[in-house]
Amino acid sequence: MMNSIVQYLWLIPAIPLVASFVILSLSNRQRATAAALAIGGQLGSLVVSLLALSVTLSAPGFRAFQNFTWFTFGEHALRLGWVIDPLAAAMVVMVTFVGLCIFVFSTGYMADDKNFVRFFAYLSFFSSAMLGLVIANSLLLLFISWELVGLASYLLIGFWIERPSAAAAAKKAFITTRIGDLAFLLGIVWLYGSSGTLLFYDDGRGCLENSALLVLGATTTSIALLIFCGAVGKSGQFPLHVWLPDAMEGPTPVSALIHAATMVAAGVFLVARMFPLFSHGAIAGVTPSLTVVVWIGVITALMAALIAIAQMDIKRILAYSTVSQLGLMMVSLGVGGVIAGMIHLLAHGFFKALLFLGAGSIIHACHHEQDIRRMRGLRRLMPITFVTYTVGMLSLSGLPLFFAGGWTKEGILEATSHWSSSPLPYYLMLFGVVLTAFYMTRQMLYVFFGNPAGAAAHARENRPNMTLPLVVLAICTVGLSVFLTPAWPWLNDYLAGKVPEIDFSELFHPLMFLSLALVAGGIGAGFFVYRDVRDTDPLERAQPAAFRFLANRMWLDEFYGATVIALARISSKFADFMDRYVWDGLVRLVGVIGHLLATLTKGFDERGINAGVDEGTVGARGLGALIARRHSGQIQTYLGAIAVGMVALLLLYAWLG
Amino acid sequence: MTPTLQYFLIASSLLFSIGLLAVLSRRHAIFILIGIELMLAAANLNFVAFWRFNPDPAETTGVIVAIFAIAIAAAEAAVGLALVIAVYRHYRTTSVDHLDQLKG
Repeated sequence: MMNSIVQYLWLIPAIPLVASFVILSLSNRQRATAAALAIGGQLGSLVVSLLALSVTLSAPGFRAFQNFTWFTFGEHALRLGWVIDPLAAAMVVMVTFVGLCIFVFSTGYMADDKNFVRFFAYLSFFSSAMLGLVIANSLLLLFISWELVGLASYLLIGFWIERPSAAAAAKKAFITTRIGDLAFLLGIVWLYGSSGTLLFYDDGRGCLENSALLVLGATTTSIALLIFCGAVGKSGQFPLHVWLPDAMEGPTPVSALIHAATMVAAGVFLVARMFPLFSHGAIAGVTPSLTVVVWIGVITALMAALIAIAQMDIKRILAYSTVSQLGLMMVSLGVGGVIAGMIHLLAHGFFKALLFLGAGSIIHACHHEQDIRRMRGLRRLMPITFVTYTVGMLSLSGLPLFFAGGWTKEGILEATSHWSSSPLPYYLMLFGVVLTAFYMTRQMLYVFFGNPAGAAAHARENRPNMTLPLVVLAICTVGLSVFLTPAWPWLNDYLAGKVPEIDFSELFHPLMFLSLALVAGGIGAGFFVYRDVRDTDPLERAQPAAFRFLANRMWLDEFYGATVIALARISSKFADFMDRYVWDGLVRLVGVIGHLLATLTKGFDERGINAGVDEGTVGARGLGALIARRHSGQIQTYLGAIAVGMVALLLLYAWLG
Repeated sequence: MTPTLQYFLIASSLLFSIGLLAVLSRRHAIFILIGIELMLAAANLNFVAFWRFNPDPAETTGVIVAIFAIAIAAAEAAVGLALVIAVYRHYRTTSVDHLDQLKG
């Protein structure tokens, strides 16, 4: 049984991949077939994932892998493989399940789109790439899937390619993450050069196992940091977070997929997977590379939470909340709370998908209006969306007891409070909790409360294929919390490879009351500030300068425009100058010399030789005109002639033997 | 069924023919570029196939050549696209039917 599931593990990414290729070959009118194939593919993957999960439940800390040789190159053999352990199993189940909900939702959301079929092909491809990334047992295979995820995100963010802003956002996402990926690739090459393997687990010889880590010694810090650069790009960490809010140009289901199940989860997953490398040689759980991870996470979490306060686009608020939550997860990984970070990632997958699909439901009902100032009072018009969105919002804010996000966030706070290097991240994270509750309350009050007006006035609840995924995800968000309580931390212990025990005395942790107070404070402050919302934000009236600073995303895009992009522009101007004047000048110099020589010979030619030859050229001219007629100027005709000639030569060759 | 050299050669000839067909029949310059890329890929496939079926596994010339060819193809694609853009700016079209300045 143990080996058999490993042998079929490749089916998890393969099923959606095949579905994606089949859908691509469909015609634009076969909408129902396309949606059925995509959803069926996802369902098939979910079934295999659940089987894999059930196998990992058989023993605590279960791990099985299968490696194979991709190709041998001289003395080197490049080997790839699959691995299933609690980390991978929990991720594949989350990705396929959340993906399934998003796929179903998309059948409603994209119903009017003319490229419906293509959309589902890309969605399947996206999901397949992410699943491949999760089950990879080789950094190389992980990197291949990683890049495929990047490609899929490019295709989907720029799905509405006719909008220039969507095309620009897709390019921005692709290029920004590419900066991180370059460093990641260098890290991979370095790791391979020093340890000679890219397999994670290989019966004691893998790069995450002790023997390889010992060989690496002090270079682990540099390699880990290079690999972390990749995670910074993909998971939208400061300073490469700028692409993530712009990625909102894609259709809302895509945002849900990017922010919940795929893409941004990849970076956090990568750090969690490579954790032995990051933590190698740790003294009291602190290594230089992990310290970098913590501080990048702290900066990202706080910065994004602050920016989210001043955003007006419903999806952008959620985008910054994702950036902020990812920062929180990075902090957790950095302080050594890998399990806490991972379960927050899993829970976040559910409630963030719920929030994005809820936002999609609102946007769909309000005829693609995304500005929260033009929505009002949707509470009564869209009751299902309202209730499910509230569940998502409370979970994101981290209200304890009934919502998954509350427990996982506490796990992270708990881990952070024990960090031996500095207590500062802990206090900053507590502040982040207040901010999160505050900006989510602000959004809720804008969108759902008050009297319906503006674009919202004629909104109606969407059809079941859009509301059903919301309800399912909301139930999961609440239901998941059963497995997360400190009294019965099932998911925790499952990932940690321990046997879960029930201990009700753990349920009421002092941290829970602190967290409850902070969340209540944030929500209360939100209610106080936004008790009657008007067109200008109350904070904007109070602090226009600070508000503008945040609303313009701390001018970071402008800053990059003035530095990095300007530098690129100057260097290309320089290259252009060199090309035009220096190298071209050299070429022209040669030309001038040739010209001079030609002028010298010209006189001799014209007087001495031409006179006689002119007489003889009449016939040649006639022949030339005849040949010139064959020269249509159509390159393809010439190429065709070359091809025919080549085939003729080949035939001749074959005939002559 | 174990793959033999013949399968790879057939695949690469097919790839080459498809590429050639695209170059000869497509009117859009970008499709012609894609066709050229296909033909290059066919050539690379040949290199790698012959390397793979070489009895001496330590001999890596074939695959090294293929890697170089891929790198050069990337540069070639960049130049080709730049040419297409330049042609588009100049003639306001990328249909090769309209580009007949070479006419005799």
